[in-house]
Amino acid sequence: MADGKYFSTTKKGEIHELKVELGALDKSKKKDAVKKVIAAMTVGKDVSPLFPDVINQMQTDDMELKKLVYLYLINYAKTQPDLAIMAVNTFVKDSQDPNPLIRALAVRTMGCIRVDKITEYLCDPLHRCLKDEDPYVRKTAAVCVAKLYDINAELVEDRGFLDMLKDLIGDANPMVVANAVAALSEIQELSGKPVLELTQATVAKLLRALNECTEWGQVFILDSVVNYTPADARDAEGVIERVLPRLQHANSAVVLSAIKVIIKNMQYLQDEGTVLQLQRKLAPPLVTLLGAEPELQYVALRNIALVIQAQPGVLANDVKVFFVKYNDPSYVKMEKLGIMMRLVNERNIDQVLLEFKEYATEVDVDFVRKAVRAIGYCAVSIQSAAERCINVLLELIQTKVNYVVQESIIVIKDIFRRYPNRYESIIGTLCDSLESLDEPEAKASMIWIIGEYAERIDNADELLEQFLESFPEETAQVQLQLMTATVKLFLKKPVEKPQQLIQLVLTYATQETDNPDLRDRAYIYWRLLSTDPEAAKDVVLAEKPTISATSDALDPSLLRELLGELGSLASVYHKPAASFVSKLRLAVQRAEDLAAAAARGSASGDSEALTSAVVAESPLAASAGATPTAPAAAAPAPVPDLLGDLLDLDVPAPAPAAAAAAAAAAATELPVVFGEDKGKGVVVRASLVQAPAGGYDYELSVSNVSAGVPLDGFMIQFNKNSLGLAPASQAVQLDPVLPGATGSARVPMTHAAHLQAPEQGNVLQVAIKCNQLGVLYMNDTIPQHLMAPPAQQQPLDFF
Amino acid sequence: MTGAISAVLFLDQRGKPVLMRDFRGDVPLAKVADRFIAKVNELEEAGAAAPVILDGKLSFLYVQYSNLYVLAVTQTNVNAAATLVFLHKLIEIFKHYFQELEEESLRDNFVIAYELLDEVMDHGYVQFTEAKILSEFIKTDAHKLAVAARPPMAVTNAVSWRQEGLFYKKNEVFLDVVESVNLLVNSNGSVVRSEVVGALKMRAYLSGMPECKCGVNDKVLFEAQGRTGRQKAVDLEDIKFHQCVRLASFERDRTISFIPPDGAFDLMTYRLSQNIKPLIWVECIVEKHSRSRTEYLVKARSQFKERSTATSVEILLPLPPDAISPTVRTSQGTATYAPEKDALVWKIKNFPGGREFLLRCKFGLPSVAAEEEAQGRLPPIKVKFEIPYYSVSGIQIRYLKVIERSGYQALPWVRYLTQAGSYEIRMHN
Repeated sequence: MADGKYFSTTKKGEIHELKVELGALDKSKKKDAVKKVIAAMTVGKDVSPLFPDVINQMQTDDMELKKLVYLYLINYAKTQPDLAIMAVNTFVKDSQDPNPLIRALAVRTMGCIRVDKITEYLCDPLHRCLKDEDPYVRKTAAVCVAKLYDINAELVEDRGFLDMLKDLIGDANPMVVANAVAALSEIQELSGKPVLELTQATVAKLLRALNECTEWGQVFILDSVVNYTPADARDAEGVIERVLPRLQHANSAVVLSAIKVIIKNMQYLQDEGTVLQLQRKLAPPLVTLLGAEPELQYVALRNIALVIQAQPGVLANDVKVFFVKYNDPSYVKMEKLGIMMRLVNERNIDQVLLEFKEYATEVDVDFVRKAVRAIGYCAVSIQSAAERCINVLLELIQTKVNYVVQESIIVIKDIFRRYPNRYESIIGTLCDSLESLDEPEAKASMIWIIGEYAERIDNADELLEQFLESFPEETAQVQLQLMTATVKLFLKKPVEKPQQLIQLVLTYATQETDNPDLRDRAYIYWRLLSTDPEAAKDVVLAEKPTISATSDALDPSLLRELLGELGSLASVYHKPAASFVSKLRLAVQRAEDLAAAAARGSASGDSEALTSAVVAESPLAASAGATPTAPAAAAPAPVPDLLGDLLDLDVPAPAPAAAAAAAAAAATELPVVFGEDKGKGVVVRASLVQAPAGGYDYELSVSNVSAGVPLDGFMIQFNKNSLGLAPASQAVQLDPVLPGATGSARVPMTHAAHLQAPEQGNVLQVAIKCNQLGVLYMNDTIPQHLMAPPAQQQPLDFF
Repeated sequence: MTGAISAVLFLDQRGKPVLMRDFRGDVPLAKVADRFIAKVNELEEAGAAAPVILDGKLSFLYVQYSNLYVLAVTQTNVNAAATLVFLHKLIEIFKHYFQELEEESLRDNFVIAYELLDEVMDHGYVQFTEAKILSEFIKTDAHKLAVAARPPMAVTNAVSWRQEGLFYKKNEVFLDVVESVNLLVNSNGSVVRSEVVGALKMRAYLSGMPECKCGVNDKVLFEAQGRTGRQKAVDLEDIKFHQCVRLASFERDRTISFIPPDGAFDLMTYRLSQNIKPLIWVECIVEKHSRSRTEYLVKARSQFKERSTATSVEILLPLPPDAISPTVRTSQGTATYAPEKDALVWKIKNFPGGREFLLRCKFGLPSVAAEEEAQGRLPPIKVKFEIPYYSVSGIQIRYLKVIERSGYQALPWVRYLTQAGSYEIRMHN
C-alpha cells in the first residue's frame, strides 16, 4: 500500500535500472517501475530519457497504469515531440473505447500535450467526443476545446469546434453546460471575440441550468452571467429573482458570485423599495461568510470593504459582527479593523471605541498600531466623539507601552491639526513620554506639536534642545521638523535661548548636511529671518488649512469595475485585473465587452435603456456623460502646446518638417474626443474622414499634455457602429509621444459585418490603449456627410 | 472575470514540493515553489502574510494544513473564493482517502493523489469534489474492482452527491440539531456580541433515492401560513443549505426538500444574532495583594433552566506567563495549572442549571518585572460546554418525512445539543 517506498532509490545508475525494469515481462514489475519513474518525476528528477520505455506501457487495460503513463506523457511530451507521436495511436483508439472513463481520459490527456504534431490528430477524436452520448465525455471534450484553442486557435475555428461548443450551451446535462460556459469564457478572453454572446435567451437558459449544476458549475455560470447587461428593469429583476436562492448555498464561492450578479443587476432597478429590500437581503449572507474558514473570511472581508463602499446601507447596523476574535489570524483582524473604521458613526462610536481600546492592549504589535490609528481616525472624522477618543488615547499613553505611546502621539498630532486650539491641555501629559520616543514619525509628530504650541509650553526651549543634541543623527523627516519647530519657537519667543538654538540648527543645516532639502529649507529660513522677521512670522506661523479624515476610498470607476468582479483576485487585491493579468488580452476584451453591451442595450430598441446601460456599464459613460453628441462640442480645446509641437518636429525622420507641422496643425482642427478634464494628462483629437483611396480613415492626434512619460504602444478598437467600421489593424502607427508633444496618425478602416449596428446612429465609441495609461474610452460622432456613403445599407429615416 | 488555476502544489514546511500537478503549462513550476516560499517568508517577517498573495504577475492562493502548504498558482484573475473553497475540499477529499493528510501520507499515496487531482480539476477548472462519489471509481489498492470502473451517473447527474443502488436493511436517518453559542463579553461585564450558529447534522442510512422533507418552526414560514402566536417560532437570520436542498423551492414556499447524500452531512446551517442570556457566566475578580502576590476569585454561574445540565464544562482562566506556583481551590470540579497554555483549566463534569460554583487561585509573580513586558493584557477567559437535549434558539424539528419508491418506512431520530462556540470573556487588566 505505502507507495512511499518508490521514492527511496537514490542510486547512481537509477535510470538504467529503471529501463531494465520497464522492459521486464512481469506486469506487476513493469507497473512498479512506472511508479518509480513517476516518483522520481515528483521529486524533480529528470526521467525524460525513459520516454520510449514508458510510452510502451501505454497500451494496457490497467487503468491505474494508463493514468500514470499519461501523467508522464503530459510532463515530458514537450521535451520529446518526435517520440510523442508514438502515443497518438493509443489515444485515437482509447477515444473510441466502450468505457466512457477511458474515452474521456484520452481526450483530456491529448489536450494537455502541447505538441503541434499531435494537435492535428486530436481533431477527429475531439469531434467525436463533443457529440458523445455520455455527458462525462462531453463535459471533458468541452474543456478540451479551450485547451486546443490555447495551442492552435486557427485549427479550432477551421474545424468548427467553436460552433460545436456553442451548441453545448444548450446541452441537456448541466455539467456539460457549465464546462462549455467556462471554455467559451476563456476563449472569449484569449481571442477578444464575442464567442459567448449573452442574449436574453442564453442567459435564461444558463440560469435554468443553475438549479441542477454542481456547485462549481454554478460558479462558472454566475461568473459569466455577471457580464450580461439586462435590457431593462424588468429583465434585471428576472435575473435577480433567479439568482437570489443561491444566497442560501453552503459554498461561500457560490454565495459571493450570486451577490456579485445581484449587485450588478440592482443598478438597473428603478423601484427604490425593491432596491432597499434587496440590500437588506444581502447583509445576512455577507455576515455568514465570516463564519467560514479564515482564508475565505479574508476574501469575504476584502469584498465586503468594496460592497459597503458602494452601498453603505448594506451593513450599516452590523458593525458588531466585525468585532475581532482573540484567535482570528492577523490578516483577518487587520481587515476587520478596516471595515469597522468604515462603519463607525455617531450612533455606534462608543461601542466601537471600547473595542479599539481593547485591541490597543493586545500583543500583536502591528494590530495594536492599527487600532490606535483607528482611534485617531474616529476622532478626526466624528467631531462629537473627538474628546472621548482623546481620553482613550491618554489612557493608552498611561500604559507606557512604547509603541502604543508613539502611535498615539502620531494620531494626536492629526487631532490637533483637525481641531486647532482645543485640546492643548493634554500637551503636558504628552511631554511626559518624551524619552520613550524612538521612531522617526513619532518624534517628528511630537516636535511638530512642541513647535506649534511653543508659546504655551514653558520649557519648549529645553525640550527642543534635548532633541537637538542628536540632530545630526536623526532621519531627514525629524531634522526638517526640528528645524521648523525651532524657527517657530524663535518667532514666538525671540529671546536668548531660542536664538542660540536657531543659530545652531541653521549653521549645521547649511554647512554640514548632505541633504539638499534640509539645506535649502535652512537657507530660506535664514534669509527670511534676516530680511524681515515679520514676513517670516506670516509665512511660518500662517494658519493652516484643517485636515479631514484621510480615507482610503477607491476611485469610483475602479470600484465599479471591482464590484463586477467580486470573489476574484482583483477584488481581493483592490486592483484592476489589468494590472496583474497580461494587458493585451484584457484590453481587447474590454473593448469587445463594451461593444457587445451597447449593442444589446440598443437591440431592445429602447433608447432610454441604451443610455442607462452604457452609463452603468462602461467607465466611458462616467466621464463622457453618455449624451452622444455632446463630447465633441463640450470639451474646450486646450491651448496648443507650442513647445510640444517643436519637439515633435524632429521625431519622424523621413517626413519633412513641414509635413509634420501641417499634421500638427491639422490635428488641432480635429475635434477633441478625450479632453484634459479626464485627468489622464492626455488629449485625444480625432475624426472619421474619407480616405483618399476610398473607404474611411480614422484620423487622430494624441497630445501628451502632462502624462509625464513618453506614451507608446498605441492600439485602437471600435465599438459597434452604424457603419460597421473597424480598424484594419489594432496597432496604431504612431511613434512614441514624448511629454509635451503631439503625435498624429491615420488608421485605415475596414468593414466588419459583426460590428454593424445601425441603431447606434452617429455615435462612434472608441477605445484607445497605450502601454502607460491603459485603456481610454471616448465618444466620437460620425460626421454627418459620412453617414450616407454609397454602400450604406442603413435606412436614412433614422435621422 | 475569467481565470483558471495553473497548477496545484503540495509543499512541505520548507517549501519543498511533495507533489504537484500542472494543469495549464503556463507557469515555470520548478521555480514557483521557491518563489512562493520566499515571498511567504518575506511577508511573514513584515507581518503582512495573507492567504492570497500577488508576486509580480503570479498569484498564490494557499491553505496551511498539518505540515503542508496546499497551494494554487495562477496568472489570471481567478475566482479567489472558489479557489480557496476548492483547496479546502481537496484537503477533505484527501483526508477521506488517506485518513489524515500530511507529508507522509501524501507520499505514500502519490499514485492515488495524482489520479484524484486529474479528476477534480481539468485545465484549471474545478470539476468534481464529492469524495464519496469519487471513491466509486477511483479506488485505493485495498479494494480495487476487478471490472473496469466507469464514471458513476452521479458525476454528471443533477444529483451529483448520491450514488445509485444503495441498500440498507434498516432504513434510518439521524438528525442532530447542534447549536454553537458565540459570545464576547467585555471586561466591564457587558455582552459585546452574542450569536447562535446552528447546524442540522444528518446521518442518512437510506436505500434507493429517497425524497426527504424536513419542517422546522421557522418564523417566516409560520407567518406566511398565518400561524402566529400558537407555537413558538424561530427567526433564522441566514440559512445555508447543503447542495442537495432545492433552493428554488425553499425560496418559493420555505419547504426544505432534498435527496440526501449517503452518510453524514450538514443539511442546513443557520445563524441568529438576537441577544440571548449567556448560558454560563464567568466573572473573575483579580485581587493584587502586593507586587508579587495575586489572587483570582472566579464565579461561574449557569443561567439556563434547572432541568438541563451542562456537561464537559471547561473554563480556561489565563494566568500571566510568569506566574509562580499557583494554588487552587474549587467548590466543584477540578482545576489544574497548564503552564504550556499559561492558564488554569477548570473542569466541571456536570453543571446543572441555575447553580453557581467558585474557584479561588493564588499565585505569585516575580518581584522584578521586566520593564518592556509591563503591558501584556491577558487573553480572554474561554469556556467550553455542552448542554444535551437543549436548543438555545428554541428551534424544533416538526417533521422529517422520507418517501422512496419502494415504499419503506424510515425511522427518523432527532437529538438536540447546545454547545459553546467561540465563547470569550475578556479579563480586567
